[in-house]
Amino acid sequence: MTEQKIRVLLAKPGLDGHDRGIKVIAAAFRDAGFEVIYTGLRQTPQMIVDAAVQEDVDAIGVSILSGAHMTLFPAILDELKERKAEDIILFGGGIIPDDDKAELEKLGVSKIFTPGAPTEEAIQFLKCEVEARKEQ
Amino acid sequence: MSLLERFDEGEIRALSKIVSLIENREEGYEDTLGHLYRKIGNTVRIGVTGPPGAGKSTIVNRLVHQLLKDDKRVGVVAVDPTSPFTGGALLGDRVRMNEFPIDGSFYFRSMATRGEVGGLASSTDNVAVAYDAFGFDVTLIETVGVGQVELDIIDTCDVVVVAVVPESGDAVQTMKAGLMEIADVFCVNKSDRPGSARIVADLRMSLELGNQSRDWWKVPVVATQAVKGENIDGLLEKILLYLSVARESGEFERHRRQQLEKKLWALLQDQITKEMQDKLSKMARIDQIVDNILNGNSDPFSASRELFQKWTDSVS
Ligand SMILES: Nc1nc2c(ncn2[C@@H]2O[C@H](COP(=O)(O)OP(=O)(O)OP(=O)(O)O)[C@@H](O)[C@H]2O)c(=O)[nH]1
Ligand SMILES: [Mg+2]
Repeated sequence: MTEQKIRVLLAKPGLDGHDRGIKVIAAAFRDAGFEVIYTGLRQTPQMIVDAAVQEDVDAIGVSILSGAHMTLFPAILDELKERKAEDIILFGGGIIPDDDKAELEKLGVSKIFTPGAPTEEAIQFLKCEVEARKEQ
Repeated sequence: MSLLERFDEGEIRALSKIVSLIENREEGYEDTLGHLYRKIGNTVRIGVTGPPGAGKSTIVNRLVHQLLKDDKRVGVVAVDPTSPFTGGALLGDRVRMNEFPIDGSFYFRSMATRGEVGGLASSTDNVAVAYDAFGFDVTLIETVGVGQVELDIIDTCDVVVVAVVPESGDAVQTMKAGLMEIADVFCVNKSDRPGSARIVADLRMSLELGNQSRDWWKVPVVATQAVKGENIDGLLEKILLYLSVARESGEFERHRRQQLEKKLWALLQDQITKEMQDKLSKMARIDQIVDNILNGNSDPFSASRELFQKWTDSVS
């Protein structure tokens, strides 16, 4: 009898100090039945990926409001590659222009949610994506 | 390379995958544990328990830093509750863990209780076995925040630290919660808060007055201020002292034997129950027996005795 759960790591890299948004998402994920590992503020890409590997999560969600998304997301992707953990889904949210969004998704970020998108959308996305990757 | 080979090579990702395998009880997890059990015995397990918000994670964080400084390899398991309504969990203990090396000398895993009520998850002990086989010198286990005594920690660890704070109330409340009996070392954290000196004195006196069940150990009370790392060395010193005294007196060994025996019986019980249910539900009509009880023609006690007889007859 196996009891698999979707495990998600939520992190907030960079220097901006608000974590209200990410806490709301964490609660919504928990209510959807996920196990949510919250790692707090000011995480470096290396710390985030290190935690994700230790916690064996299915996905990493990061919230970036500081405008540094074009450096932070690629840095996390590089780190995942380095640790041979590219199978971990990377998604994010924040104030990110459409052009950058397209660029990031091309680089390997699975999905970027715009602020105000219902959390239900992210929940459905993760359920499908985790399922799909398990089948591979 | 197989997962176990990668584990043996010391690859962190392999440890993570094995922890998941154990936690999810995926196919083959028992065989994997069987393999791991052959290589254990070198890790000491320190449990940290206490009421919600007492500072358990902060204490663990500080202890880890101290241990790493002493060139120890350290693993942490931190348990938080699963929501009984949604099955999800918010695992927040990791927030207090920062700036740790990534060279394999430190590993931290958050676990949800997944329905278990004893303060740990049912697979926490098995995960600690994986840590041991991986080669950590020390494993720290943080329970969920508990107000009442949760005994799982005693069955899982070599030494138990109970953390309380001035706000937890006086020694009488601590005693009523049953925390008095399970502590090998008491830690009064947040010693910067008013009332700290009083609760330290209070606890010491109650421990003194209480019938000390152990003649070989006097439970110490250590005041700490974990956020600032204050007196964490003092706390660790008492923990290590307990371990060495326990080893000398033979209690360490006795306790471990007792834990294993308990685990053995628990596993057997699971198997027997399952086997029994499978067999008996084929041999007897349980619904009819329930009918009989409801109609006043039988009772649960004689019915279970009869069922048990039926089962023993079938296996002999
Ligand atoms: N004033 C003061 N605050 C502290 C001290 N140690 C920890 N805290 C704070 O107490 C709060 C709770 O600390 P944690 O370490 O998360 O407590 P915990 O027991 O692990 O909490 P749960 O796992 O949720 O039960 C945090 O805000 C800490 O910063 C201390 O010595 N003094
Ligand atoms: Mg904690």
